[in-house]
Amino acid sequence: MLELQHIYFSVNTPEGVQHILKDVSIVIPDNKLIVFTGPNGGGKTTLAKIIMGLVQPTSGKVIFNGQDITELNITERAKLGISYGFQQPPRFKGITVHDLLLLSAGAEKLSKDRCCQFLTKVGLCANDYLDREVDVSLSGGEVKRIEIATILARNSSLMIFDEPEAGIDLWSFARLTETFEQIHRSQDATMIIISHQERIIQLADEIVVVAGGEIAHRGSTEEIFPLILANTLGGCPVLSKEEKK
Amino acid sequence: MITDIDARLLEQIADLTGQPVGAFNIRKDSGCEARQSTEFIEITTKTDKEGIDIRIKDGTKGEKCFIPVVISKSGISEMVYNDFFIGDDCDVEIVAGCGIHNSGCNESRHDGIHTFYVGKNSRVRYAEKHYGENDPGQTGQNIMNPQTIVYLGENSTIQMDTVQIRGIDSTKRFTKFVCEAGSEVVITERLLTHGKQEAISDMEIELNGEDAKCRVISRSVGQDESVQVFYPRVVGNAPCFGHVQCDSIIMGEAKIRSIPEISANHPEAQLIHEAAIGKIAGDQLLKLETLGLTAEEAEDTILKGFLA
Repeated sequence: MLELQHIYFSVNTPEGVQHILKDVSIVIPDNKLIVFTGPNGGGKTTLAKIIMGLVQPTSGKVIFNGQDITELNITERAKLGISYGFQQPPRFKGITVHDLLLLSAGAEKLSKDRCCQFLTKVGLCANDYLDREVDVSLSGGEVKRIEIATILARNSSLMIFDEPEAGIDLWSFARLTETFEQIHRSQDATMIIISHQERIIQLADEIVVVAGGEIAHRGSTEEIFPLILANTLGGCPVLSKEEKK
Repeated sequence: MITDIDARLLEQIADLTGQPVGAFNIRKDSGCEARQSTEFIEITTKTDKEGIDIRIKDGTKGEKCFIPVVISKSGISEMVYNDFFIGDDCDVEIVAGCGIHNSGCNESRHDGIHTFYVGKNSRVRYAEKHYGENDPGQTGQNIMNPQTIVYLGENSTIQMDTVQIRGIDSTKRFTKFVCEAGSEVVITERLLTHGKQEAISDMEIELNGEDAKCRVISRSVGQDESVQVFYPRVVGNAPCFGHVQCDSIIMGEAKIRSIPEISANHPEAQLIHEAAIGKIAGDQLLKLETLGLTAEEAEDTILKGFLA
């Protein structure tokens, strides 16, 4: 179980202190699929990074499986079973897809069949990709899918994905949602997915709307999804007000 | 006699464990430790100066030739000339390299000049690894100044891999290729310097014949207070293609200069150069830490991959 207790995150800007997260508390039970959604700049990615240790909160606690991990570094959290798929993954000159999968699995060897399983789940063929370097020769979508494959290879109990759909074509996206559904069905891991995609939102056990640095809404897909759609259909709130005038 | 230290150096520089298969010449502390010629590859001592001649017959295929150098006495300084005469229609692999174990406070120095005369339609793979080490507390400098000059015949190819990872205090490398029509050169250079080491790599490739091609991939890591200078130059004198890519990772207080030059003397010469120097990106380290690596392991993994 993951618990965030009174998380605050602020940064100093030339205009003064900016509060990115304001008293966020949430409990995420095991083996659930939770989608964080909400407007850009609302604090979703910061919240996810705080869970992984990529960002240190100004105050508040992160409790994972009963242990206070607030002061633990990224490596220590990874070893406890937390993984994180970056929205814009880095590229590595000289490091192959196979190398990255090996590092992710924490293994000295990984059979081609096993690698193939991870890559197929993100719509890539092992024969074409295993020996390729994760460098600029790969497209953004390819790097993104490899990033997700590394999270699958981690086999961790808490997987965080930051906008996994970004940059991925429609066909690969369909394969990816199947993979998320499969993991969810197997009840082996908790997934936190930051997403704006309807198909991913519809897979969720719970939707958490993060806006203005706070949890604006949370609830089941049935409860929250109509609210999101209503807001979306309303279009720009400023323009809507002007139209009403 | 090959000591344990020599054996370790030979393994480091040429992956040799035991006697090599094929032709070889093992040079140790300025003398010939062991030599073997084969039916197709003849190795003889030069009569006019220090060094050897290696003659590879026309049509030799699948043969290997090892010519490693080890220096395990402190204070040796040598200048060696090795000439390779490679016939037409060959497909051969040549493994060179130099390892220095400095057990004292004197300078150990190996200056090697390798000249290749490659015939037509031949394929050559040439690997050269440099390695140096000191006994604990000993401060003798390890110096290597290799020169490689290659005359590449029509439709021949050469793949040259050079590696210098740690232990060489000062190196000044000069590499020159003269390429005839249809020939192709692929050079991969990997270098890591640390401490107060200095490395200069000066390279000149002349693409003289129609359809001659070259690709230079240089990857280096400069750590601590070390200094590196790269000066690869490609000259296109015919319809040809050349690509030079120099990437460096800079760390600590190191200094790196990269000065690629392309020079076209023919309207159909197509030449490209790319050069980049930068530190390890923070997001690369973070990504590997999220996979469970410590910050040190992440840095090591990035450097190993970069120099692999």
